[in-house]
Amino acid sequence: MYPHYIEESVRKVEATREARLKETLPRLSVDAKTPLLQKFHPDYVAGTMRPLAIGPNKGDSTPNEIADLLEANSRIDPDKIDLSKPDYDVDVLVIGGGGAGASAALLAHENGANVLLATKLRLGDCNTVGAQAGTQAADRPQDSPATHYLDTVGGGHFHNIPELVEALVKDAPSVIKWLESLGVNWDKNPDGSMHELSGGGASRLRLHSARDYTGLEEMRVLRDELRNRGIGYVEFSPTVELLTDDKGQVAGAVLANMETNELTIVRARAVVMATGGMGRLHIQGFPTTNHYGATADGLVLAYRAGAKLIFMDTMQYHPTGAAYPMQILGQLVTEKVRTLGAQLVNADGAQFVMPLEPRDVVAAAIIRECRERGKGIDTPTGQVGVWLDSPMIDLIRGSGTVARELPAMVRQFGRYGIDIAKEPMLIYPTLHYQNGGIKINADGATTMLGLFAAGECEGGVHGRNRLIGNSTLDIFVFGRRAGMAAAQWSKQANPGALTLNHVRQWQKNLNESGLAQKRPISPLLLPDYAKAIPDYMPSYAKESLKPSWMKLA
Amino acid sequence: MVDIYVMGKHYAVPEGLTILTALEYCGYRIIRGCGCRAGFCGACATIYNFKNDPVLRYDLACQKTVEQDMYLTQIPFFPAVKAQYDLEQIKAAGEQILALYPDIVKCFGCNTCTKTCPQELEVMWYMSDALRGDIREVALKSFDCVMCGLCAARCPQGLVPYNVAILCRRLYGRYLAPVSDHLEQRIADIESGKCNSDVEKLKKADENELRRLYSERDIEPAY
Ligand SMILES: Cc1cc2nc3c(=O)[nH]c(=O)nc-3n(C[C@H](O)[C@H](O)[C@H](O)COP(=O)(O)OP(=O)(O)OC[C@H]3O[C@@H](n4cnc5c(N)ncnc54)[C@H](O)[C@@H]3O)c2cc1C
Ligand code: FES
Repeated sequence: MYPHYIEESVRKVEATREARLKETLPRLSVDAKTPLLQKFHPDYVAGTMRPLAIGPNKGDSTPNEIADLLEANSRIDPDKIDLSKPDYDVDVLVIGGGGAGASAALLAHENGANVLLATKLRLGDCNTVGAQAGTQAADRPQDSPATHYLDTVGGGHFHNIPELVEALVKDAPSVIKWLESLGVNWDKNPDGSMHELSGGGASRLRLHSARDYTGLEEMRVLRDELRNRGIGYVEFSPTVELLTDDKGQVAGAVLANMETNELTIVRARAVVMATGGMGRLHIQGFPTTNHYGATADGLVLAYRAGAKLIFMDTMQYHPTGAAYPMQILGQLVTEKVRTLGAQLVNADGAQFVMPLEPRDVVAAAIIRECRERGKGIDTPTGQVGVWLDSPMIDLIRGSGTVARELPAMVRQFGRYGIDIAKEPMLIYPTLHYQNGGIKINADGATTMLGLFAAGECEGGVHGRNRLIGNSTLDIFVFGRRAGMAAAQWSKQANPGALTLNHVRQWQKNLNESGLAQKRPISPLLLPDYAKAIPDYMPSYAKESLKPSWMKLA
Repeated sequence: MVDIYVMGKHYAVPEGLTILTALEYCGYRIIRGCGCRAGFCGACATIYNFKNDPVLRYDLACQKTVEQDMYLTQIPFFPAVKAQYDLEQIKAAGEQILALYPDIVKCFGCNTCTKTCPQELEVMWYMSDALRGDIREVALKSFDCVMCGLCAARCPQGLVPYNVAILCRRLYGRYLAPVSDHLEQRIADIESGKCNSDVEKLKKADENELRRLYSERDIEPAY
């Protein structure tokens, strides 16, 4: 049920549905995509990025919100911290309890390392649980790792690092099998073959899913397995700084208990960074699909210690965030809705983009439809949106498909009186994913000895734009590789005395350049929503339509 | 504005907020009890009732809209009994459930778990499937479980349905789901090096060549 004036547009969508069932818009040529992206994709908005003033990527551009944190002050005073009696002494420390961190911990443990996993919220409170659509792996006879490779680099605009893509596509089938052997329930056909779907930018049906709870299923199985194996983990204890040794190798971390402020010192022969993404920085005021702790901490920690980052000037805006109702503004409407057959439709009920183009292209087309062509639909919060015509799915694939394939979406919209099998969904792009990150090689090794990285916090695999289903693949491929490599490195590492010298040096540089006073402290750890504008309220919402309580005093 | 009571204290909050955003609007900075903010992680399980209606209700704070006269309090997630097992050493046999969770015989069918579940799953029914040793049924009925812990928090017999459920799903995925032959075949192909030369060619191709191959690639219909 939509407000009355929105219902009028719903009628138009219904009126064109039958004709649209037979209408397929062509994909855009590579040449047509470039101007569309340059004019409408948020990455290209002037003044929203700036070159970094300090650190290993000095001169490289990144969104202002990330630059502020990368150039920021440490949370700790090295002179007040006693490193002589570490609370833990382990072979491998894994930072972050999402899919990448859990995989790294399992593989490091399997390779003989004594492992500790330290995370910010609970184990499994992360972006991984939110993944709905699925995980790519080229395992059908019609498909091949090479085809997966080509789709991935095309989606990434040919900037991806070849060795990383090779690892991604060649490990993919065995990752699916590994997860199944741990007890993940994949959607399958009665004969055991995988029930696979298409995805934006993919030229084959390649998406493995578990209803629309794919990431939840993956994460809860890995978490259960960590517990079964008795691998140690600490929760609500984010890392606030890495430790190095006197030779400049990464050698552990300082954790801070967010509730009691107690510090914990961990000495580790190798560290795996797996802290996920940055959505809660709300780049350009966009709402986000990301979990509460997605604040780019891992980038900050690694950067301050001296690790190089890559592609930090490209963020992924998911084309379909909920634009209505306000309770779920910005939350993800899975790409699986388009995969199953739903088209994108404007206020007049007309299609305007082929729904399975890569994400950046679809997002840019939606923004153009609303901003330039004025064919969006306004909602009571001032958020504009276009239609995602979900009722088409049952018409194409038979009634009951929506209920079977999209239980999470049905439940989420059903709570607010919208039956997505019968009514279309209002959507607008939302901040979703960090395409770049800490630079790694195919073993997950960063540019710093002793430091490995895996998952959304690293970059290079996806070039300048990630495809659907390639991130929940990335986290297992590189989580496993980094865990294994960290365990091996820990056997040969010869760590010296623990220091925080890199933090002292960092603060000295900040002071000398005059940045210390201008920048906040970081890592951010959590966004501050108390008494502020709720996170789902985008700053670009029309002032006049904003309820008064949403205006800052 | 909507009147709500947080741990007994009155606040007026705008209409349309969720319990989670209403608490933040009131100024509570949340550390525990908030994860995905989207109904998937189960961190924000919450119990509430109304000023003039003492019956307890259950939901996910990040999804439930605040209503007039709600009495709110957050119950942080707490650990519960979990059997430790080696999946490779156990069998996908019905008795296995009872061997690892012997207490499930104590269920007396009060249905509190089902009434409590914010995902509206048939928790009591899958617990009786578990008693009968029907692993597949438990896996199917419990599939949408976010493991928020509310069923265990409310069970008068101290049972932990969500941990029984994940045991069954893992047994199902590991042992009972039919094997995917094409997956096995592809893994064998990759291990034998059969896929290497095609990938190698792409790795060596320059950008123009990749662009050409990309725009010429054939695309399998989505359905
Ligand atoms: C709603 C949603 C849907 C998605 N759908 C899909 C999909 O269908 N297919 C797909 O392939 N991808 C999808 N993605 C992307 C994908 O899920 C994520 O990119 C991926 O799961 C990230 O995994 P990760 O382990 O790197 O990070 P996360 O899973 O986010 O885990 C990071 C962990 O690090 C912790 N952490 C953060 N900072 C610190 C710190 N300072 N100290 C200690 N710990 C810290 C966090 O709390 C968290 O536990 C989706 C993402 C979202 C948000
Ligand atoms: S915060 Fe994850 S379910 Fe509510």
